[in-house]
Amino acid sequence: MANVLQTSFLPSTSSLRRPSISGSKGKSQSLQVKAKIREIFMPALSSTMTEGKIVSWMKSEGDKLSKGESVVVVESDKADMDVESFHEGFLAAIMVEEGGVAPVGSAIALLAETEDEISEAKAKSQSSSSSTPQVVEEKPKQIEEAAPDVPAAAAAPSVPVAKAVTLGSAVHPASEGGKRIVASPYAKKLAKELKVDLGTVVGSGPLGRIVAKDVEAAAVAVPVAASPAKPDPVAPGIELGTVVPFTTMQGAVSRNMVESLSVPTFRVGYTITTNALDALYKKIKSKGVTMTALLAKATALALVQHPVVNSCCRDGNSFTYNSSINIAVAVAIDGGLITPVLQDADKVDIYTLSRKWKELVDKARAKQLQPHEYNTGTFTLSNLGMFGVDRFDAILPPGTGAIMAVGASQPTVVASKDGRIGMKNQMQVNVTADHRVIYGADLAAFLQTLAKIVEDPKDLTF
Amino acid sequence: MHSTLSFSQATTVPTTNYAFHSQSPINLRFCGLRREAFGISILTRSSSGRVRLSTRGRSKRTSASTGNNGTPPKSFDYDLIIIGAGVGGHGAALHAVEKGLKTAIIEGDVVGGTCVNRGCVPSKALLAVSGRMRELQSEHHMKALGLQVSAAGYDRQGVADHANNLASKIRSNLTNSMKALGVDILTGFGTIVGPQKVKYGKVGFTDNVVTAKDIIIATGSVPFVPKGIEVDGKTVITSDHALKLEFVPDWIAIVGSGYIGLEFSDVYTALGSEVTFIEALDQLMPGFDPEISKLAQRVLINPRKIDYHTGVFATKITPARDGKPVIVELTDAKTKEHKDTLEVDAALIATGRAPFTYGLGLENINVVTQRGFVPVDERMRVIDANGNLVPHLYCIGDANGKMMLAHAASAQGISVVEQVTGRDHVLNHLSVPAACFTHPEISMVGLTEPQAREKAEKEGFEISVAKTSFKANTKALAENEGEGLAKLIYRPDNGEILGVHIFGLHAADLIHEASNAVALGTRIQDIRFAVHAHPTLSEVLDELFKSAKVSFGSFLHCSQELLNFYLLRFCDYVLIRHKLLPGLES
Repeated sequence: MANVLQTSFLPSTSSLRRPSISGSKGKSQSLQVKAKIREIFMPALSSTMTEGKIVSWMKSEGDKLSKGESVVVVESDKADMDVESFHEGFLAAIMVEEGGVAPVGSAIALLAETEDEISEAKAKSQSSSSSTPQVVEEKPKQIEEAAPDVPAAAAAPSVPVAKAVTLGSAVHPASEGGKRIVASPYAKKLAKELKVDLGTVVGSGPLGRIVAKDVEAAAVAVPVAASPAKPDPVAPGIELGTVVPFTTMQGAVSRNMVESLSVPTFRVGYTITTNALDALYKKIKSKGVTMTALLAKATALALVQHPVVNSCCRDGNSFTYNSSINIAVAVAIDGGLITPVLQDADKVDIYTLSRKWKELVDKARAKQLQPHEYNTGTFTLSNLGMFGVDRFDAILPPGTGAIMAVGASQPTVVASKDGRIGMKNQMQVNVTADHRVIYGADLAAFLQTLAKIVEDPKDLTF
Repeated sequence: MHSTLSFSQATTVPTTNYAFHSQSPINLRFCGLRREAFGISILTRSSSGRVRLSTRGRSKRTSASTGNNGTPPKSFDYDLIIIGAGVGGHGAALHAVEKGLKTAIIEGDVVGGTCVNRGCVPSKALLAVSGRMRELQSEHHMKALGLQVSAAGYDRQGVADHANNLASKIRSNLTNSMKALGVDILTGFGTIVGPQKVKYGKVGFTDNVVTAKDIIIATGSVPFVPKGIEVDGKTVITSDHALKLEFVPDWIAIVGSGYIGLEFSDVYTALGSEVTFIEALDQLMPGFDPEISKLAQRVLINPRKIDYHTGVFATKITPARDGKPVIVELTDAKTKEHKDTLEVDAALIATGRAPFTYGLGLENINVVTQRGFVPVDERMRVIDANGNLVPHLYCIGDANGKMMLAHAASAQGISVVEQVTGRDHVLNHLSVPAACFTHPEISMVGLTEPQAREKAEKEGFEISVAKTSFKANTKALAENEGEGLAKLIYRPDNGEILGVHIFGLHAADLIHEASNAVALGTRIQDIRFAVHAHPTLSEVLDELFKSAKVSFGSFLHCSQELLNFYLLRFCDYVLIRHKLLPGLES
């Protein structure tokens, strides 16, 4: 019965009084005398309750509240309860989103007395809350300090910045010239959760509809694109002994990596002699051909003969044989990672492919990659050879069938079959694959083909 | 023994459906005192009895003979003809045979009607699948139980077959049960040609005319499709098509968020679809108690791949063709202005059901349908255009629109058979439970809180509300399914149960303790002493009844205190005897 509690709204005029006259003019002066922004606190719903989870906000920001009206549903250790407003006013800012947990007594929202103060209260809440609203442990302390200009502001809202950068960069095919956004229900939910502006996402679903994976891909891309706009958080030096929450991209990477654990992978390695490839590279380097393009081309040609290695397992029940061979190549960017895709690498000639690669790398540096340019890969290449790494092991990106880790090509002393000892350039490659669809023999045969192509690279230039 | 149903001499016994109270007090030692004092109050209510209508000359009726179909009076082919062999007709037929009536049932389609073939039954098969899928996919839930399951998948055809097989099985059970009892199953569409006279026959064949002393219309309903919506059975579908599960769209719009829409959203999201609800009213799940629908929305809608548009009509839906998707035009329900356009892979029309009464020949007996429904009084007797009762004609189930539920139809049918066999009976619709088989389930009986408040205001009594959470239930927690709420709306002055609403694990099975209590007129102060096995989900209701505060005046209050006191004493005594507590002396 006792589901309806009165929460403890405490006026905190001292700490949150309007600092200067902003926005509205004459009217605000008369209001200023009595104007207040109140905090809504997480109430103690039972004697044993130490923290509460926000089940749902019954009002959204900007809504008018009358006294006694239910504002929020809080789940305690015992039950869910409606929390009523003690005062009249406007719900100015929600500081703990739905699903977030806050300790008893910490502020979960701000209540403005007048409509004019909503924006001011919002600003307050942004500066006093850290970048992720869920992280609330330190919040009560900040409020007590009554000095909300804490360093959190530095890491604060990366999202608006991101919006500004990517805004208008894409027009939805199914949206009547960009007027409308067609996105599936889950895509919309995810976009809200991951704070992705759907207007900037290119849909890959039927008729260009935005589906969940597009949003996920965009969530990874947004922080990358935004990174130059904000002060580099790493450069000033990492403060030792601190815990730094994931950025949106790091969160997405983390999710992807954990998700990859559900895929049964195995690895097959191969040593390939690269003398012929090196010679070819030297010959056509002047025409703008890059080693990456050569490797991608060789891989693509090998994949033509082994379509199963270019397949993937989406639902756990079937092979998805991809119609095109799109080679994704991992590139490190500002502490992150992006995989520009060379589409139809088997069909495009090596010179065009090289130009395309250059273009992609330039775009990646300028943070202008479109989703289809980094999330349509069917096979991934990862090369750490430039660091002198001779062999390593790659994690299979979810949604693809295989990834190949390429080590450095190094002069190696080898014994040949006729009993001689010679010097050859050799590189080690190591393929990680999803064993649900790709079996050991498939990879072995693929690597054999790849080795043949690299060791006799004349086909690469056709 | 509640055996009043079987005594049916033509005496004018004042009975109602409440009057089933045992005379002897329940043999509970603790409540003997109170029983004597208050047991009568329950009986006084029921003796407001309606006297059996003596106008109808039902002089003799064999008492409870089962199995054989009775002999008809000379002038009629049958005692009772039922048009429509759905759940309502079936329930009526079985009961009629039990009462010794020679009975025939006319079916133009398949035995079992909507419920068995295109409704409750196949949808339960799909929901059984969706429930399991949901469990297997809920990594968090599985992990909490310590279970490891590798990626769960399904075979669409296998799921569809399960639903279809179940329907066939239940259909043949139904047919066999009627055949075994000797109910004549007449094939064809039935039409009333005059009083007590029905013709039936298949298209292209000669019609047969049969007569019966009493006729029950039980022709049911079909899915209602608002105008502007083009149903092609492939991408724009009704529940009839959806139950065949011919394909699982990536994105489906469901028009209507009532029982049907909700259940299908449960099925489709479990099978991997994303769902958009389109609801004409301002709130989702408008038929439910507001508190329950709020909670249900939090559990069944928000965390799932579902979004919704409320306060809008789907004014135009065009099926997918020529490479275009299904296009849904949304119009604001208030301003009637175009609001939005959806492009989806499929649309399910779940806007309710329309009575199937066309071609019944109602004009032959001067009956005019109201929006297709056959007008009836509280005893299911058909009312003609002049407001007079049509003798010997009844209408039950969806066709009368009183309560469009399979079991309500069956209960109405039984009620009619009771009347035609000489015992007056009025079905208390407030005691008919309803359930929505989502995961978790929703169930209810009686009034919602707003309805109860309105009634209380009008009639001048107080109401109270009691609630218990599944979070406090051992069994629910063992299942790791603590999400849920049971809500009781009652009169604190006399302990009458006005409504019970449950949202939680197995709610549909739990409601019957409450609906039976309402049907039998059991008061909270009585039912709270009934014992529930521990640990079971039914303890949610036990707690609910116990948490209700019935203020009966000081005497009872006193006696209850006394009871508790003695109960505790007794427990102590037992413990001391078994040397579990240090006792001073005996």
